[in-house]
Amino acid sequence: MATKTKQERNDGPVNEPDYLSINNGKPRWERIKGWLFTLDHKRIGLMYLFGILGALIVGGVFALLVRTELFFPGKTIVDQDTYNKFFTLHGAVMVFLVIIPGIPAALGNIIMPIQLGAPDVAFPRLNLMSFYLWCIGALMLVITIPFGGLDTGWTLYTPYSLKSATPVLIATSGVFVLGFSSIFTGLNFLVTIHKFRPQGMGWFQMPLNIWAIYATAIMQVLATPVLGITVLLLSVERFAHIGIFDPTMGGDPVLFQHFFWFYSHPAVYIMIIPGMGVISELISTFARKPLFGYRFVAYSSVSLALLSFLVWGHHMFVSGQSRLANMVFSALTFSVGIPSAIKVFNWVATLYKGDIRLKTPMLYALSFLLLFTIGGLTGLFLGILSVDVHLHDTYFVVAHFHYVMMGSTLVAFLGALHYWWPKFTGRMYPEQLGKLCSMGVFFGFNLTFLPQFVMGSRGMPRRYWDYDPQYTIFHQLSTIGAFVLGISLFVTVVYLFASFKIGKRAPRNPWGGSSLEWQAPTPPPLYNFEKPPILHELYNYDDLVEVEEDVWERRAPIEAEPEPVPGDAHAHARPESTPAKPVDEATALPGMSEQITEPKAATAVEPPDSTEAETKPERSPIFGKPEDDK
Amino acid sequence: MKSMTRFIATIAVTATVATVLVVKLFGTASAQADATVIEPSNVTLEPIQIAQADTGSAGSAGSATPQPAEAPPATGSAAGSAATPATATGAGSDTGPATAGSGSAAGSGSAAATTANAGSGSAAAPAKPVEMAWYDKLVNKPVVEYGNFWMPKSVNTVTDDSDFMFITVLALSTFFFIAIAGAVIYLTVKYRHRPGHKAEPSAAHNDALEVTWTVIPTIICVFLFYYGWRAYIHIVTPPQKAIEINVLARQWSWNFTHSNGVEDSDLHVPVNVPVRLVMTSQDVLHSFYVPVLRTKQDIIPRRYTYVWFNATKPGTYRLDCAEYCGTNHSQMGITGPTPEYPLGRRAVIVVHDPGGYERYLADKAASSQNMEPDKLGAMLYEKKGCVACHTIDGTVRVGPSFAHDFGTEVGLNDGSKVKMDETYIRESILAPQAKARPGFPPSMPSFEGQLKEKEIEGLIAFIKSLK
Repeated sequence: MATKTKQERNDGPVNEPDYLSINNGKPRWERIKGWLFTLDHKRIGLMYLFGILGALIVGGVFALLVRTELFFPGKTIVDQDTYNKFFTLHGAVMVFLVIIPGIPAALGNIIMPIQLGAPDVAFPRLNLMSFYLWCIGALMLVITIPFGGLDTGWTLYTPYSLKSATPVLIATSGVFVLGFSSIFTGLNFLVTIHKFRPQGMGWFQMPLNIWAIYATAIMQVLATPVLGITVLLLSVERFAHIGIFDPTMGGDPVLFQHFFWFYSHPAVYIMIIPGMGVISELISTFARKPLFGYRFVAYSSVSLALLSFLVWGHHMFVSGQSRLANMVFSALTFSVGIPSAIKVFNWVATLYKGDIRLKTPMLYALSFLLLFTIGGLTGLFLGILSVDVHLHDTYFVVAHFHYVMMGSTLVAFLGALHYWWPKFTGRMYPEQLGKLCSMGVFFGFNLTFLPQFVMGSRGMPRRYWDYDPQYTIFHQLSTIGAFVLGISLFVTVVYLFASFKIGKRAPRNPWGGSSLEWQAPTPPPLYNFEKPPILHELYNYDDLVEVEEDVWERRAPIEAEPEPVPGDAHAHARPESTPAKPVDEATALPGMSEQITEPKAATAVEPPDSTEAETKPERSPIFGKPEDDK
Repeated sequence: MKSMTRFIATIAVTATVATVLVVKLFGTASAQADATVIEPSNVTLEPIQIAQADTGSAGSAGSATPQPAEAPPATGSAAGSAATPATATGAGSDTGPATAGSGSAAGSGSAAATTANAGSGSAAAPAKPVEMAWYDKLVNKPVVEYGNFWMPKSVNTVTDDSDFMFITVLALSTFFFIAIAGAVIYLTVKYRHRPGHKAEPSAAHNDALEVTWTVIPTIICVFLFYYGWRAYIHIVTPPQKAIEINVLARQWSWNFTHSNGVEDSDLHVPVNVPVRLVMTSQDVLHSFYVPVLRTKQDIIPRRYTYVWFNATKPGTYRLDCAEYCGTNHSQMGITGPTPEYPLGRRAVIVVHDPGGYERYLADKAASSQNMEPDKLGAMLYEKKGCVACHTIDGTVRVGPSFAHDFGTEVGLNDGSKVKMDETYIRESILAPQAKARPGFPPSMPSFEGQLKEKEIEGLIAFIKSLK
């Protein structure tokens, strides 16, 4: 077509096979090998996703067992020791196998390079290795179950973990290996984000999801080694009795808590910050508005990442640590609240004057806003020293961190999963069922954890198999909520997998997203883009038009090219043509107008050599010259 | 613009109303929830009468918290009538002879004292074989600590500030939550997608707004931190003249040692006197937690940690372990079945009436002297925490039951057999893992140095008596 515009190059028919069907027609073993030895970030991410959803089911079953046991005071279904193993495995599986790798490793792997306009991550082999390390670590954690389970609590506090008769060594080795998986992923993403940004994408033209993954990667690289050392010391102490944590040998059991929380507090942000990044994308896309205060949200991600290293002591206010330390940690803890508050206010402000489409991902995003607000505000109670003395180690804490880790991170993960599901599977999920389940998750979650706040402030300690009968009604409400939540999640997993086979074919851009991944074919080919993606103004939805239900297209080419001629494939579906809109207009986001002074915004990055892609699939060429920071 | 003003006004009013409602809820006690304090398996109705008497009297007279069982031998009726409404007076005089040691009256004493109902007390009398000291009746009283919707009642003067902070943050959080949730819902409904509706252009950022909503939370946070810290300093700074009680926590029981050497597995403290606990652990981490005192402190092996409080209301309250410590973490200090608690009773703290603590120390010290060996053993079985793992009815808890095995041959971990005699029991108390029996976790600590020779003999006699 003579009048082919740049835009149409990315909308045109797809010639390359997508990454899922790349080995179709080959022998079965070849196809399996194509998955097991793949270096493609999407395939690795998808394998992560399967693993994580499997772990989610395991952790969820333990959660329901815990809640069932607590339906009555005293014994309901199991004895004390079994109950202790249930909550330990629930915590360990959910934290180490689901929430920490959930958004960064699984969805980050699948989406981040495409969103960056890159063909792959910087170190594809390292990427595959971190996946296999995850598998080994997961196996070691799960294998403790046939060996009798683990009863130390996921926090592995000494000296109990030194005395426990359960296979602590296997579990700590598993956590050690998982740590490396996390470090490698973080390292890989750091380099990718630094070096693989396309020309024209400065730091402040990055989608906020990338900002969040960047902040997370910093924490993964800096904090996780401490966890590695800690569990290594614990293992050696158990194995060789070196006397570092064991009080009978002059060791200090509280030192373990310091080490442990020095990692595990940043880990809370490793869990929540990617969720925040996702929510920024979802709210902007579904409200059809640029994200309010982009720079503040980006900076708050990074400042959260840095501040998170300074507040570990607030887990130990009653552990016997000095009052001075308590005072400092309490003050620093409040400082973490401020960037979180900034983010919430900005998200709410983004909704103003928008055109809000309540698709499933947006329902999850709005759920996130409410649940994260509760999680954050209840954090204030725990940051106040005098109040924490009463609330510490009660159900109030349990409810608080579930609101942050589950109500926020898992809900964001589900929102992200639904949002990008059409992109990386090529199929739409059932929308009505999705909405129903998202409401089930929201109400089930609140029914589970709101009563726990009341129990906690009334003095119900955590990790209790037996409890004072005054709490019975709250425990029962909580258990019922947990089952509503469990069923909703289970139905979600089922319909997602079913849609893999029977879902409606997904278009290139079902939600009208403005970032680069929506320019890639659905599902993307091996190196993500057939044609170089065009960098449009971030979070500008003016050019995007919904041509039919869940199919969005850009209505005008970005560069001044000839007007579309009659007979153009999509002309009939478009409203009257308007002149192309240069990126560097006054409406551009803060920072954009400084950086983009000439109309180079619609910058094409070099396409990968398609023949090379076929002949040497294990190599991912770095195409396009990454631009340095401004 | 008009809609915007209306919006902000609505949000502010709704948030304020909701905040007031929640805080109001905080201050209102609900009579219904008092009933839930009672152990459900305990079908006797009497404890509920106590609970009602409590709420009733709390409303009328400040100092009238019922202490029916707090009836000392000498001034029994006087203390009873002073402390309680008319129904409890009879019980008070009943318990007088009980402590003096007369058999049948003592049997009725505990039931009568706990139930505040002389009639049903005497009905239950024949069922009680073991005589119970007056302070043990206090320990077995039902725990009544219901305060208001959010928290149990406060019994510690030094934590009033902390409760005030709780309400303050509750009000603040409610206000902000309602404001944010209201804004989200309002904006979502107003700007929802519908035919003909389009996103309108608006500023993508506003530095003044950003600075405002950065500075306001910062100021709030500074105040919250400061007042929380100030209250905390009071919570952790004991006055000079506090009485001291030593606490030893172990899997899974407590041992409280008072100034005159009296040891007990439940904590007895005087009212309106500062008490400082000097705590350590024998094995793993524990945490001393009394919800009505709003205080908590982890207990660490081979190190001393401290907690202090000034209990203001006599009564019996829950005493929990708040740091996970293994199998029976949720049941630290659990006793064998008692008439009031068929499933066993967990540790409690008893705040005595004025003078009660001194009498407790004296009577308790006297009671442990000149005891028959098997009685002494039975007492130690409860007080030293054997009961947490070993039953006396043949069922298996964490360790082997004490029943029936004496004089028989028992198998050991290494496959050999040993006759369970006096020597074996003594060795198992002092070096439990030397000849351990198969099928049990190695969690029994050594009691070397913690038991006097006479006490070991008492335990042996007690186990013998169960054969």
